[in-house]
Amino acid sequence: MIRLIVALFLLATPVAAEEIVSGLSQSQVAINANFDGSAILIYGAATRTSPPPDWPLLQVIITVEGPSSPLIVRHKERVAGIWINQGAVEMEDAPSFYAVATTGDLSDILSKSEDDHYAITVEHSLRAVDSASDTLNPKDYVAAAQRIRTVSDAYRLDRNSVLLLQQSLFRTEVTLPANLIEGIYKVRIFLTRGGKVIDMQESQINVQKAGLERFLFNLAQQQPLIYGLVSLLLAGLAGWGASEAFRRLRF
Amino acid sequence: MAALRAHLGGKQANHPSMQIYLPIAEVSVNAFVLLGLGGLVGFLSGMFGVGGGFLITPLLFFIGIPPAIAVATGANQVVASSISGVLAQLRRKAVDFRMGLVLTAGGFAGSAFGGVVFDWMTKRGQIDLFVQLSYVLFLGLIGAMMLQESVRALLRARRPGVQMIRRAHVHSWVHGMPLKVKFRASGLYISVIPPLIVGAVVGFLSAIMGVGGGFIMVPAMIYLLGMPTKVVVGTSLFQIIFVTAFTTLMHALNHHTVDMLLALLLIVGGVIGAQFGARAGLRLKAEQLRILLSMLVLAVAGKIALDLLLTPEELYSITVLAQ
Repeated sequence: MIRLIVALFLLATPVAAEEIVSGLSQSQVAINANFDGSAILIYGAATRTSPPPDWPLLQVIITVEGPSSPLIVRHKERVAGIWINQGAVEMEDAPSFYAVATTGDLSDILSKSEDDHYAITVEHSLRAVDSASDTLNPKDYVAAAQRIRTVSDAYRLDRNSVLLLQQSLFRTEVTLPANLIEGIYKVRIFLTRGGKVIDMQESQINVQKAGLERFLFNLAQQQPLIYGLVSLLLAGLAGWGASEAFRRLRF
Repeated sequence: MAALRAHLGGKQANHPSMQIYLPIAEVSVNAFVLLGLGGLVGFLSGMFGVGGGFLITPLLFFIGIPPAIAVATGANQVVASSISGVLAQLRRKAVDFRMGLVLTAGGFAGSAFGGVVFDWMTKRGQIDLFVQLSYVLFLGLIGAMMLQESVRALLRARRPGVQMIRRAHVHSWVHGMPLKVKFRASGLYISVIPPLIVGAVVGFLSAIMGVGGGFIMVPAMIYLLGMPTKVVVGTSLFQIIFVTAFTTLMHALNHHTVDMLLALLLIVGGVIGAQFGARAGLRLKAEQLRILLSMLVLAVAGKIALDLLLTPEELYSITVLAQ
């Protein structure tokens, strides 16, 4: 019995002995009027108390996940010659942005069970709401949502985009798109060996509208009447101003 | 440590500054594209005397602005171009205020009802289809009518010696209705019911399509109400100001979908374009102008009809639900 415990202990120890030390180039992103996307540098190292095993090699997976919101996925069908939205499936909270950066092919560096446990690939965040809907194949809808967001570059899987030096130092750059929405972006870093996750660390990037963007957005949400009237006032002034300016120019 | 720093030294992203992030639409768009779009539509609207909403809203869809925001912001932009236009008409005393007010009263009712339909269609996921069908139907109809009429007028003008018969008072079913009112500037004594209905239809379209409705208002005034052409454009623009202002306010209050920054860029481009357009318009004959406008209207309708008929590349679409 004691031998068994010792054997287990010996097996477990080298795995637990590697820990992540990491940082982000910025933990705040301000969306101001000329915001055009932002590159976030994620870097770090695996620190060890004992020499690392030679095999399997250390691998790094980094995920960046944007704020989630529920979705409706609609399917068009041809009715009387024109394309009309027919079926619809509601989806639970789907991330607005999801990037996975790795040091290799996910199938090689991450086991299925670990993926399920840590919900690393984006599929784990996409689920149709269980309902008594008469839609035959909600899976097609979920797959379509993933496809659409992958095409628009909101969901990404970047193989080999994490640079790993000397089996310890790692870095990657994740570009946040220009049409970013506000909220907390969750960054997760996983170290794996032989498909097993040996350490995980989480940090956050706070994305907020700033300056004029912040002011206008808040005004529109909190004081819609004033916002609407100001919009009209601006329109009126612009219309009158242009008419006057050009009248003067003409004479 | 130096190695680590060198390893970490990421490149600083180099951003061109003409991109602008729209606070409500939550997309980043090139500011010059918006100014140019506003300018182009302003030029056409100045030339033809229409608000230009029927062009700006589909163009905004096209550059990736969410439909709800394009409709609401389009309405706001039409307010500015209509004010600019009405001031020019006012100096020529070409505005029938009484008729304008009657049309506006009908317009408010139509716009409020349009807002309700807009909400209902949005919930059912059919708003895009409804907006597209409205565009195809109304633009197609008006464009075809206008083209036919102006081609005929042009041919008639080419044949010398044939005089155009113009009757001062055409008596139609419009004149048989009760509640008659004198519209002095238009020289009309007709029931208020037809202008109220015309106003309501245009107000409804304004809320659904984000347009001022000049393209439907102008022919309705000439052919249905029998108003003289000289007061039509000014009066139409006058009432469009109020209906689109009301529509803008409704969308701002109920859906928070008016993007002020987007509107401002479109307006700045638009008001400048409109002034150049108005000058260019003076060089063309009225019939030529109407043929060009009708072809433009038909082209927009045709483009939208094709979108409905051709098999889309992606059959699925996603809509983010508000939390």
